[in-house]
Amino acid sequence: MPGAELPRIKCGLEIHQMLDTAEKLFCSCPTKLTQEPGEIKIWRRLRLAKSEMGEVDPAALFEYEKGVSYLYECYNPTTCLVEMDEEPPHELNREALELAIKFALMVGAHVFDEIHVMRKIVIDGSNTTGFQRTVLVAVGGSIKVGDKIVPIQTICLEEDAARKISEDKSTRTITYRLDRFGAPLIEVATAPVISSPEEAREVALRIGLLLRSLGRVKRELGSIRQDLNISVEGGAKIEVKGVQYLDLIPKVVAYEALRQRSLLEIRDELARRGVTREALEFKPVDVTHVFAETKSRIAKQAISAGGVAMALRLPGFKGLLGREIQPGRRLGTELADRARYWAEVGGLFHSDELPGYGITEREVEEVRKVLGCGDLDAFILVFESREKAEEALRAAWERALEALQGVPEETRAANPDGTTRYMRPRPGSARMYPETDVRPIRITREWLEKLQRELPEPPEKTLERLVEKYSLPQDMAWKLFDTQQLYLFEELVEKTGAPPLLVASTLTNTLVSLRREGVPVENITEEHLSSVLAQVARGTMAKEAIPDVLKLLATNPAMTVEEALRSLGGSLSEEEVRRIVREIVAENSEYIRERGERAFGRIMGLVMEKVRGRADGKLVSEIVREELRKFTS
Amino acid sequence: MPPARLTGSVGLEASGYSDEVVKWMREHGVRVFSRVRLRLSDGVELRGIVMPRPRVGDREVLVLKLDNGYNVGVHVSRVADVDVLGEYAATLEGKPGATAKVGEGLPRVHFLGTGGTIASRVDYVTGAVYPYFSAEEIYSMIPELEEIAVISAETLFSIFSEDMTPSHWSQLAQHVKKVFETEAPAGIVVAHGTDTMHYSAAALAFAARKLPGPVVFTGAQRSSDRPSSDAAVNVIGATLVAAQAPFAESVIAMHGSPDDRVVLAHRGVRARKMHSSRRDAFMSINSLPLARVDVVSRELKVLLGEYKPRSDEVEVHPRFSDKVALVKFYPGMPGDVLEFYGERGYRGLVLEGTGLGHVRSELIEVVRKLVKDGVVVVMTTQCLWGRVNMNVYRTGVELLEAGVVPAEDMLPETAFAKLSWILGQTEDVEEAKRLFRENLAYETSKRTEYITYPGAMWWEHAIRTPAQG
Repeated sequence: MPGAELPRIKCGLEIHQMLDTAEKLFCSCPTKLTQEPGEIKIWRRLRLAKSEMGEVDPAALFEYEKGVSYLYECYNPTTCLVEMDEEPPHELNREALELAIKFALMVGAHVFDEIHVMRKIVIDGSNTTGFQRTVLVAVGGSIKVGDKIVPIQTICLEEDAARKISEDKSTRTITYRLDRFGAPLIEVATAPVISSPEEAREVALRIGLLLRSLGRVKRELGSIRQDLNISVEGGAKIEVKGVQYLDLIPKVVAYEALRQRSLLEIRDELARRGVTREALEFKPVDVTHVFAETKSRIAKQAISAGGVAMALRLPGFKGLLGREIQPGRRLGTELADRARYWAEVGGLFHSDELPGYGITEREVEEVRKVLGCGDLDAFILVFESREKAEEALRAAWERALEALQGVPEETRAANPDGTTRYMRPRPGSARMYPETDVRPIRITREWLEKLQRELPEPPEKTLERLVEKYSLPQDMAWKLFDTQQLYLFEELVEKTGAPPLLVASTLTNTLVSLRREGVPVENITEEHLSSVLAQVARGTMAKEAIPDVLKLLATNPAMTVEEALRSLGGSLSEEEVRRIVREIVAENSEYIRERGERAFGRIMGLVMEKVRGRADGKLVSEIVREELRKFTS
Repeated sequence: MPPARLTGSVGLEASGYSDEVVKWMREHGVRVFSRVRLRLSDGVELRGIVMPRPRVGDREVLVLKLDNGYNVGVHVSRVADVDVLGEYAATLEGKPGATAKVGEGLPRVHFLGTGGTIASRVDYVTGAVYPYFSAEEIYSMIPELEEIAVISAETLFSIFSEDMTPSHWSQLAQHVKKVFETEAPAGIVVAHGTDTMHYSAAALAFAARKLPGPVVFTGAQRSSDRPSSDAAVNVIGATLVAAQAPFAESVIAMHGSPDDRVVLAHRGVRARKMHSSRRDAFMSINSLPLARVDVVSRELKVLLGEYKPRSDEVEVHPRFSDKVALVKFYPGMPGDVLEFYGERGYRGLVLEGTGLGHVRSELIEVVRKLVKDGVVVVMTTQCLWGRVNMNVYRTGVELLEAGVVPAEDMLPETAFAKLSWILGQTEDVEEAKRLFRENLAYETSKRTEYITYPGAMWWEHAIRTPAQG
């Protein structure tokens, strides 16, 4: 998708980096996640005075008003009374605060003389308290990306929310696990000055590298979450939440720009067709009778369960609901997203995709007739209980109304392909008040000076140093930098004693080709890499086996490296390799006699076919040479 | 504890800032709640509202609430330039909620405030917390009450619970009497700070001999200004007890677990705050709770067979003596600690002894002298669970001979409230001792039951937890 086709973009980033401190932000629990379900379960509700809810997240409010309750799973080793909101917070974690201050100093931000912990109201239950504790540590500062100065707006230190585990719609109970709740995060927000998809990636990369240079930050998948604020000229500020991969950022930005442009085009087309708010009435019609004899499975199922078929005419929308606004996503998808979200219905049909899904031409015509659809009119259709069907059509209708204005402001979530889906309306300004259980902390000049002296080496310097120290080729070093693996590289080299080039190529080439093959490389942990490389360094594993072992580990994350090696047939001893070489030499004696030592290439190839992954290539080639020499001499 | 109260205007002197900063503010026309634009010496520009200073920390640091909602502190020496953009008047937007739609024919429940906040609102512009205590405000915060009771509310005291004294107990008892006599509610809910709630609830149990309905103490372990406060669930539970319970005793209604579901009604005389922070901090000691309320299904279940039923009469004896002390024995405690009380004219002494009811032998003579001088000395156990028995060891026997009255399985705090009440009723030492030995409000029982001590139930449950790590 060439950049030239995109409209003018204004984008800002908000980066949340989990810290790898020994303790959580307001208690001494470890910042470790657990896989086991909680052994302690606490059932809670939250409440707010009605008059105070005006500006909280309307979606959470919607949930709240439906009487939602929360089940918190706790696990004794990772959760104490503080996370359960059964004890006031302890003092703010100084280790985490120092990391945040160091980051601020690295980007030249203004660190406040005194910091105040605030309570930011959050009523979706992801915080047992009903608020998130957050501290504004610094404002201002900037980073340089190419020739561009990107201003940093705010640097906050905040507690992470609980992990949502499941939701039981029938009892309106959401289950959260408290292990992650309270872990420290640094939140960095840039000014909305980014003007291209690639630049967005670059800014995220630089900030991510600076954060990683601090050392005590988590690096596993999900430990950094990138939120993007994107708008195009004439569009609206859209917040896209939770982009976990750096490489997804340019796609998300580009697709969002496209989406906004398409929505603006649709708006203009609607205006040309003379569609007005007044014309777009909410008059849902029961069309169950049309589907009395239907072949559509969805329709049959819903109607036999006592549901209805309900349709709404959308005057002037014909052809627009089916118009693609992002790859694979249409305006109709946006209407369906809303219906799913607000009415919790399975799906919503629109006339641009019908006939289809077992709904016949005749049924479509019949619905159009009942609704009184003209040539340019579209309709939407839902099969559900009467109440839900109306709710769904209303939610979709509201989205259709917004199409007249262009781009509605909303919070969207990124899909794995870079497109986005509706997540919730944009929340109003945050409700914040002081956390009176934690005293303000004075940050003295002396403390800042001390931290200034302890600042880590800037990532660019680290790059230079590693290139020199390990004689890394420039392109490989750059790849390590560009994939934020610089620090992992150095640690792996120091820890495992594996050859630096091997470590670098494993990180940059092997993992990339495995990903291309469709191997779920996100399951490969730093511990996996470290023990694989250590095996290679000790000579207990052939370096050729690395891709196969990693592939096996990725698909069986519970497996140890030893188990993986064993299941791949283990590694061959020198004797065994020699035996195989001799066999092959014997089988090809004619050829070798003809060619002499020039037969090496073919023999080596034949041997490698047999031993690949189980013997070191260098050793194999030595043995092949030796055996050839013996045979020909 | 009631949260800090801020009013619309805070004078510079009361702002919490140092004289230097106050002078600087005067010079620049800056007031508390002024909207300002600050330019700092490094060029950074900030916009926000000048806040009063919290009482702690560096008084030279100006606290600003920025437009993004965050509070930050800027040392006044770093401010290069300031423009006052306007003044913020700390008023709450709108009135709380719509008028309550209270169901018809519901029982009436009267709320008495003593300082514990059960409802409050936050002014998000300033961060100030405003306590609520009118009936409308309570309904708007806890709309469930509209289906449970017709409530009325008044504030009796606005003090921290640790500042309560026996004289406050007297006033509270008198007021309870008046409310039942003049307004005849089904029950009374007392909003009380949790720290000394069990003292007040025990005191009221002795003062109120006969009542038409229960007096239900309740409060919050998590302040009511947060969405996760336990206040609302506790108040709903307390109101259900006040409106529906068959008993007319002084009880404490608080969370029975960390869940927002079960509220337990503990007898005031049996209850004790056993945890500094948990929602389920209150436990009945040496007894089961009197009742259990499921706040979700609104079912009330009485758990004990015997109780004081609702009476047609109101009989309250509100006087308490303030010449009673509660003294905890510790190893090496010297005799003059106890002598002090005799010298100062104390009339009653509740000892919190070790184990079955002991103090070191050196104190026995001091105790004997106190008793001879007319001080009523009673013995409780610092074990809390279990009963004193002073016949088992020589020290106990000697203390009995010295005239100490054993308090059986009575809690030390309850014994303190009981003796304070008794000595408010009679000057006669022998009569006081006789009354103390009587079971006046289910504060003791003759049987020591297996099921009331959590011991084995606790560790057997806990070791199902995998090892730490």
